[in-house]
Amino acid sequence: MQNAREVVFRRLNKRIVLIAVLLLLPFAVDALLGRGWLRIVDFAMLYIMLALGLNIVVGYAGLLDLGYIAFFAVGAYCYALSASPHLAIAFPRLFPDGVHLSIFIVLPVSALLAGGMGVLLGAPTLKLRGDYLAIVTLGFGEIIRIFMNNLNAPLNLTNGPQGISRIDPISIAGISLNATQRIFGFTLPSVHLYFYLFLFFAGLVVFVSQRLERSRIGRAWMAIREDEIAASAMGINTRNLKLLAFAMGAAFGGISGTLFAGFQGFVSPESFSLMESVMVLCMVVLGGMGHIYGVILGGLLLALLPELLRHSVVPVQQALFGKTIIDPESLRMLLFGFALILVMLYRPAGLWPSRVRRRELSSDERPNESA
Amino acid sequence: MNLLELSRIGKRFGGLNALTDVSLHIERGEIYGLIGPNGAGKTTLFNVITGLYQPDSGEFHFNGKSYRGAKPHVLAGDGIARTFQNIRLFANLTALENVMIGRHVRTRAGVMGSIMNSQATRLEEKACRDKASELLNMVGLKKPHQTLAKNLSYGEQRRLEIARALATEPLLLALDEPAAGMNATETENLKALINAIRDSGITVLLIEHDVKLIMGLCDRVAVLDYGRKIAEGVPDEVRNDPAVISAYLGVDGE
Repeated sequence: MQNAREVVFRRLNKRIVLIAVLLLLPFAVDALLGRGWLRIVDFAMLYIMLALGLNIVVGYAGLLDLGYIAFFAVGAYCYALSASPHLAIAFPRLFPDGVHLSIFIVLPVSALLAGGMGVLLGAPTLKLRGDYLAIVTLGFGEIIRIFMNNLNAPLNLTNGPQGISRIDPISIAGISLNATQRIFGFTLPSVHLYFYLFLFFAGLVVFVSQRLERSRIGRAWMAIREDEIAASAMGINTRNLKLLAFAMGAAFGGISGTLFAGFQGFVSPESFSLMESVMVLCMVVLGGMGHIYGVILGGLLLALLPELLRHSVVPVQQALFGKTIIDPESLRMLLFGFALILVMLYRPAGLWPSRVRRRELSSDERPNESA
Repeated sequence: MNLLELSRIGKRFGGLNALTDVSLHIERGEIYGLIGPNGAGKTTLFNVITGLYQPDSGEFHFNGKSYRGAKPHVLAGDGIARTFQNIRLFANLTALENVMIGRHVRTRAGVMGSIMNSQATRLEEKACRDKASELLNMVGLKKPHQTLAKNLSYGEQRRLEIARALATEPLLLALDEPAAGMNATETENLKALINAIRDSGITVLLIEHDVKLIMGLCDRVAVLDYGRKIAEGVPDEVRNDPAVISAYLGVDGE
């Protein structure tokens, strides 16, 4: 019993340390690397949320989705339209100043809307698996992007390729996150405030993922991933659970997109290209499909890597050759492809797969003991 | 009343009549054997009963309800559980998780309950885990319950599949060639296990190639050949049936 108590204490201590580190992180990044990097970390948090959402669809339920960014787009446009002057153009009588709703109204709505889109995508693809499913989802992602690109005529809903700008910054209880605020005697610049907001939502997404993973629902998803026929013979309603996976994953994407629009203040279809879907999928695969911490690692790595290159490649080449021979963007794709090949060859389950941990656990856990 | 009653089930694949007018009934509490040469339609019949295939004609009653075009998960929920001829476990999950998945139809936790981890969910989860380990012990899995299914030996995988099927609390357990690939000792153990399952009140439907196992175990046996039922009865009767002998050994020249 004492042992169990110690374990609980150690776990609690670990958690407190982790939270403290995360709370202090923006100050450390700000002091050591500069504010620009903190902004990049903020974006990385959004990517982590996206990757965790996709992890439900791909990692747990085993449904390969190449159009996942569409749900991010749905969330982003949802906030862009309901918190900017833009709708005044399409409906000048109805909304003379545009619509300016609070993020807390938009968040649940966009989560629901994105989830609904997830079901819409899932329903016709229920019988498809693997590469066939990937192609349909890829098409879906492109359809959403093209819609955003072309819905500026006859009624200007999305402002087409120019995108929607002047989106209201997120404000909580009247405190705008877009300006430096003094809270409890701390001076918190805008990027810090957004960091804490995103931290909260990322934490929420991790929490929900974790609880689902270890539940009856999570097990059913994994059963479908492992063998759909056996799963249905064991009494799992594969149709409903696949739709649920699509909806949950999409809802996370929608939440992330909403926060993205508020943070960036501008959305355009360009941000939701196929490449972005591929990027998020790579975060999941590279990090460790079906493993929450692996996916977080993958998201962090792939979100930070291009910035790291941008800051290192040009200066290094300038110093060596006096001019820039390879631009960081193309080097990024090269390194990226290389990294993927290496991971697939040497760590096919991802950089940080879940099974390792579980096998470690199994050695000191008695079979009959319940956690 | 009979637990399962098939009336004139027919199933065709293109021009091939896999099953033609197969009628049979299984009584509660018996071990019913289904034998026949390769390609006789045994597994097809299995797939019809468990909802994987929809019959082209005929219908079946199970536990007083009539089924036509029911989905596998509905039938599993209503009490038909099965194993597969070529083992279909959830390979990358642990033995315990495999059996816990079998409990899916008998548990209720939904999304909200799982996220909130409510009292009811926790209790259900614990009961599910306990029941799963109990079943693993019952089928005699010696390895740690946290072993991944794919790392179990062939015989152990067969046992795990039975445990997973039992976890759905079936009225009828359908075993598709459970002794395939087993050695003599493993087959003996399996026989004991199947008898124990029957003694716990579960009706068993068994497809088997091992005629000795079938004859020693089953209360009644049906023989399929080219998709038709050619004989049915107690094992001794069936063994001496000339139609069965000719199906297995070829037609006698005289």
